[in-house]
Amino acid sequence: MNCRRDSDRIMKEIVIISGKGGTGKTSIVASLATLAGKNVLADCDVDAADLHLVLEPKVQSRNDFSGGKKARIIKEECTACGECIDVCRFEAIHYPQTAGRTDSETPRVNPTFCEGCGVCVRVCPAEAIAFEDAVNGQWFISDTRYGPMVHARLGIAQGNSGKLVSLIRDEARKIAERDDLDYIIVDGSPGIGCPVISSITGSDLVVVVTEPTLSGQHDLERVAELTGHFQIPTVICINKWDLNPEITSQIEQRAKAMGILSAGRIRYDPAVTKAQIMKSSVVEYTGGAISEDISSVWRNIIYALG
Amino acid sequence: MTASGSGLTIAVASGKGGTGKTTISTNLALVLAQQGKSVQLLDCDVEEPNCHIFLKPQIHSSKPVNVFFPRVIEDKCTGCGVCGEVCEYSAIVVVKEKVLVFPELCHGCGGCTLFCPEEALEEIERPVGIIEKGSVSGIQFIQGLLDIGELMSPAVISSVKKAVDSSDIIIIDSPPGTSCPVIESVKDADFILLVTEPTPFGLNDLKLAVGMVRELGKPFAVAINRSGIGDDEVKRYCHDEDIDVILEIPDDIRIAQAYSRGEMIVDVLQEYKGLFKQCLESILNQKAQGLDELQERQ
Repeated sequence: MNCRRDSDRIMKEIVIISGKGGTGKTSIVASLATLAGKNVLADCDVDAADLHLVLEPKVQSRNDFSGGKKARIIKEECTACGECIDVCRFEAIHYPQTAGRTDSETPRVNPTFCEGCGVCVRVCPAEAIAFEDAVNGQWFISDTRYGPMVHARLGIAQGNSGKLVSLIRDEARKIAERDDLDYIIVDGSPGIGCPVISSITGSDLVVVVTEPTLSGQHDLERVAELTGHFQIPTVICINKWDLNPEITSQIEQRAKAMGILSAGRIRYDPAVTKAQIMKSSVVEYTGGAISEDISSVWRNIIYALG
Repeated sequence: MTASGSGLTIAVASGKGGTGKTTISTNLALVLAQQGKSVQLLDCDVEEPNCHIFLKPQIHSSKPVNVFFPRVIEDKCTGCGVCGEVCEYSAIVVVKEKVLVFPELCHGCGGCTLFCPEEALEEIERPVGIIEKGSVSGIQFIQGLLDIGELMSPAVISSVKKAVDSSDIIIIDSPPGTSCPVIESVKDADFILLVTEPTPFGLNDLKLAVGMVRELGKPFAVAINRSGIGDDEVKRYCHDEDIDVILEIPDDIRIAQAYSRGEMIVDVLQEYKGLFKQCLESILNQKAQGLDELQERQ
């Protein structure tokens, strides 16, 4: 899983994640994109992608994403024996819940809960279950004012976001190689689970954006353990640090003890929300002190990349 | 955990992270407990559970969450390769008649074990997290914790939900997003409260979350946190879509500071207690009028 690539290549992949949600990842990514010059952007927060709201990508190519297969019962063939219901570990197959129903009715697969394991398909004595590639979403290659961007829209209530994240990163890497771009900047998702692991494995640097709250501190520790587990160089950045300077210091000290340096502090500024409403990155929107904070974080990221 | 009977399960969810799900879940639970209701709070954000930071519960018990994965019984295996063909997740592959298992990719569907012609596979368990049960201030508390590096958060979430006892009201603090872990968290709920903030990101992610709950066919309403920081687009959207906004928490630096220190709003800023009470009354009124009707309308 942890497959590092050639160390002599120039292109670097930087992944911004957070553990806790809502710490400002996407706003910071938009600003880093503004500062970075030659780069390709990848929005890997496929559950709740927001980067496009600031960068207004012009879609160049549009592709279907299939994260796997789904079972579908063919009514005409089904004998309603119910074996599929018994073998499904995901409780995805049920008889229709209508009043006065009988067990002779065709069971239904709930596609939201079907994990595409195919066990029902193989068990069915009447061969009455179709097993087809499901379209779980779409992914796009677009142009933005800061270079190409690869992004996606996962369908409503669709799973397998980890596979979509891997696909987006692969496509971003291809573009970076083709166009000889210096950086891939990846907007990750919150948490420590499947899409996050897919976002970070094999990257050059993880930037954890956190906030000076006890929740932020707790979540940082878990996400730092995760990047340690996969041995990925990691720095932290404390957003809205002045909301609680004491916890900011505590978090930085705790991170240092875990071998993680700070890429800098970003102050609280209502301009962040205003920039979002204006569809601008923060550094585009304001020349204020917060933009100097973010520029300093970017310089420290470059330094950490070596 | 169904709409039948007297119990009520409320899931607090959001597309966007950091909108205030935990703040709302914990404060609603505490208000209910103070009203003498029997209430259970389930922290289903098993990747980053935070309710405990605010409620500081006494943990009474903890147990591992196990998932199944296959183990090869070497002297029965003929290396025929059926298991590798059956597995849709590449969690079991056969190379030169040797079976390799990758437990972290296994979804536990049981297919390989079921179809092995030699009965040379058995299912064994491995831990992917823990669940903890405790209590505080009249709230029964259950949380799940996914082990670092594991992928299967839905398995841990499912275990949290199975650990519930009977109570008047169950409140579920969900993870952010709209995919598998969120669906696992909210799928048995009677009512979903979608938390957002009045910003372009908040609105975009609210629309995704509304799409999800409509797909699941659940009655729901919206809570707006940090009301006043952005624009009016969230309210306009809710109005146009005929979605009730049943809680609005103003943008107040004192709330952010209390949050940063792990304090409960209803403890330290009592003037806001009424907001949470009204929110609960709205949900209970909806229930009295029939949640099915609400869902039909939505």
